[in-house]
Amino acid sequence: MYVAVKGGEAAISNAHGLMADERRGDRALPEIGVDQIAEQLGHAVDRVMTEGSLYDRELAALAIKQAQGDTVEAVFLLRAYRTTLPRLGASEPIDTAAMNVERRISATYKDLPGGQVLGPTYDYTHRLLDFDLLDTEREVPEPYESGEEQQPMARVADILGHEGLLEEAQHGEAGAPVADITREPMRFPAGRDARLQALARGDEGFLLALGYSTQRGYGGTHPFAGEVRMGTVAVEMVPEELGFAIEIGEIAVTECDMVNQFGGDAERPPQFTRGYGLSFGRAERKAMAMALVDRALRSQELGEEAVFPAQDQEFVLYHADNVEASGFVQHLKLPHYVDFQSELELVRRLRREHAQAREEAMHKEAAE
Amino acid sequence: MSAPLLQVEALNQRFGRIEACRDIDFVMHPGEVIGIVGESGSGKTTLLKCLAGRQVPTSGRVLYDMRVKGPTDLYALSEPERRLLMRTDLGYVTQNPRDALRMGISAGGNVGERLMVNGARHYGAIRDTASDWLERVELDPGRIDDRPATYSGGMQQRLQIAKTLVVNPRLVFMDEPTGGLDVSVQARLLDLLRGLVRELGLSAVIVTHDLAVARLLADRLMVMRRGEVVEQGLTDQVLDDPHHPYTQLLVSSVLQP
Amino acid sequence: MSAAPARERPGDPAYNFAYLDEQTKRMIRRGLLKAVAIPGYQVPFASREMPLPYGWGTGGIQVTASIIGPEDRLKVIDQGADDTTNAVSIRRFFHRVTEVETTEETADATVIQTRHRIPERDLTENQILVYQVPIPEPLRQLEPREAECRKIHAWQEYGVMHVGLYEDIARWGHIARTYDYPVMVGGRYLMAPSPIPKFDNPKMTKMAALQLFGAGREKRLYAIPPHTDVKSLDFEDHPFEVQKWDETCGLCGAEDSFLDEVILDDAGGHMYVCSDSDFCRHRRDAGHRGAMAGHEAVRVLTEQVS
Repeated sequence: MYVAVKGGEAAISNAHGLMADERRGDRALPEIGVDQIAEQLGHAVDRVMTEGSLYDRELAALAIKQAQGDTVEAVFLLRAYRTTLPRLGASEPIDTAAMNVERRISATYKDLPGGQVLGPTYDYTHRLLDFDLLDTEREVPEPYESGEEQQPMARVADILGHEGLLEEAQHGEAGAPVADITREPMRFPAGRDARLQALARGDEGFLLALGYSTQRGYGGTHPFAGEVRMGTVAVEMVPEELGFAIEIGEIAVTECDMVNQFGGDAERPPQFTRGYGLSFGRAERKAMAMALVDRALRSQELGEEAVFPAQDQEFVLYHADNVEASGFVQHLKLPHYVDFQSELELVRRLRREHAQAREEAMHKEAAE
Repeated sequence: MSAPLLQVEALNQRFGRIEACRDIDFVMHPGEVIGIVGESGSGKTTLLKCLAGRQVPTSGRVLYDMRVKGPTDLYALSEPERRLLMRTDLGYVTQNPRDALRMGISAGGNVGERLMVNGARHYGAIRDTASDWLERVELDPGRIDDRPATYSGGMQQRLQIAKTLVVNPRLVFMDEPTGGLDVSVQARLLDLLRGLVRELGLSAVIVTHDLAVARLLADRLMVMRRGEVVEQGLTDQVLDDPHHPYTQLLVSSVLQP
Repeated sequence: MSAAPARERPGDPAYNFAYLDEQTKRMIRRGLLKAVAIPGYQVPFASREMPLPYGWGTGGIQVTASIIGPEDRLKVIDQGADDTTNAVSIRRFFHRVTEVETTEETADATVIQTRHRIPERDLTENQILVYQVPIPEPLRQLEPREAECRKIHAWQEYGVMHVGLYEDIARWGHIARTYDYPVMVGGRYLMAPSPIPKFDNPKMTKMAALQLFGAGREKRLYAIPPHTDVKSLDFEDHPFEVQKWDETCGLCGAEDSFLDEVILDDAGGHMYVCSDSDFCRHRRDAGHRGAMAGHEAVRVLTEQVS
């Protein structure tokens, strides 16, 4: 049977209708609310906010609902919304040393000021399916609260830094403009500000694989998790008309300082170097992977040989964005029949010429 | 005597604490073949790269007698000017032909690339010239459409030489052109190189650790040790009557035929 | 969550006219001016996230969004046709955010956004052709690194492109490239014409209309000003040639248009039809008839097209 290759308005509308129907699912079940997603699928919301680079739990939850839980699609929706928002200015750098800490661990010190705070984590749980969760009526007990007032905890990086063992953080000049790859195209070699922004927006799976590759010898940097901390921090901004910083809100972030060996060179003594990761909400895997890749991407500035994929700026930064990658991979579904027609014509011609050449060769052989 | 083709003045190249080349001065005239000898690590290849426009020296000048401008410091040229010079007047032969050849492109494409980069746009003429050069370096022109990956190491090196010489460079730099090849293959390649140098009246700077290669090809020798030229002179003089103890050591360590 | 701003403008009140905010449009127009001033040069621009996926025309959409005004008439084609799904989707997007008049008539459009084709009908000074570009860098397949590519452009060391063509001739006896066939613009910059068939390349040179190119994912803009020389790469003894068909359009009998092959049945029976649906309809309206006129498949096809 002949199948029409060209679709039209009606076909698109029908497809949208089918999708809406599939999204709703069995009408006998209650429809899931955005608040339920925001409350009970928090990690998905955090990931969508991080890679969507917009801190708004409600919008991220809406995107997840609209995308039926497809995280990359939800990131795309959030990004497309973000692009229409006016950019009023840049906040002051957040002060994670002043974080209201919910979780803080260090793999480099057994104990340290403020102690190890395990907080909410899947670490040390047994990954056994919990069939109790099938019961939606059960009671969930209140968690343990120590009741102690939490004191600000110094960052491990600052503790190591006091002895000069760890390279100093690269502070930008106060008030100097920071790269924004959503407003300026990326240029190579890219500065660390642009790189960190690209990594923060980058696909968690891609960064995880790249970070992992550095641990397996593809650009080894001998990392230690100096510190992973998660909690809420204040966001401050200096409105032009005021001239001083005011607090405009609070966000939850996960920060990772990865500490890496460095042998030193003619100018610099041996010391530890840093890789940095930061994500919205609770996204520890992402923050750690980001820190590994950030350090790998610093190999050129540190005079190390850069031969592995994770050390290659153009490779990493051009391919980390899942909205770009997903779009371009899936654009292969779009019609290409003009190009294919051109190739078809060429292959037919080449086959004709090939057959002709073979025939001539056979005649020649027969004649000899 | 004609004006010098190349004048090197107080050339230094440092990498951190390492001095790869120290206070190098020399003059080269058209038609001369200069050999740079010394052990590995003596700074020969670094010096060659500096002379060839491929490595910016820490200090000093490399004056090349340009066709129109006359003697000009390679590193005072703009990058496009230098690159133009490098793809027309200067040639460079690396020890490993794979570094210079495009392995996924046919032999003809490899040789023809230099012509196309310099503006040749007639397929037939490009192909004829490439074919002619394959013959001149004793490669079978019937294999013009084969990829270099199907060639032996010696044949790849011949191909690289054809690719270098096809644009008629005035000055060719060679870095251990016969290194990494079997002894019998080396001998044939040396014969070929000697023939081409004479036939084309080439000026060349050849880096080698092999004194036999130097004796066969070079008019003059510079002996390098730890980044310095310790002795220079006519090849026969340097090899038959070495003055510097290091040269004496080099010469005596070679088995006499 | 902030409420969407309401505006006294045509188009969806939740968004600015043509979706992008005015600052972004100005930024893109500055980029386009630079692109026009340096024909064929790829201008980096801060491509925005669009509500359509990358690779589906985000570059073209941003260019159109930044140049379109309420008085414009927009035509959108994909594979030469107005009714392909992606063209429909983009046209609907612009209708929603601008409410400009849309048209399928090539002659009536002031802005034509295209993917993979140039209309058969000659364009005029009053029209702008906006191309969607997936890979703006013509050197990409030979040199994956952006930093290197930009040097090659700066130094105009384009000989390496001819090596590829040389290899084709050595292997096949002719140049075996059928689309996205590289061109030199204004004798200076090597440019990717986007994946149009090389059949369309000759239409680019000295075209009366302004040609704008947008690559969203790769964040590049480029342009060919009206009446600019555009030359397809070739050799003196192997000049550039376009595809030719032995067949004619089954619907309108056209002999000189780009033809799509349409499979008619499970046995592989096929016919050829004009890829440019507007061109074909005009010929049929003028009384031209192809060899397949009256065939059942023709009825289906023409009903869809009109």
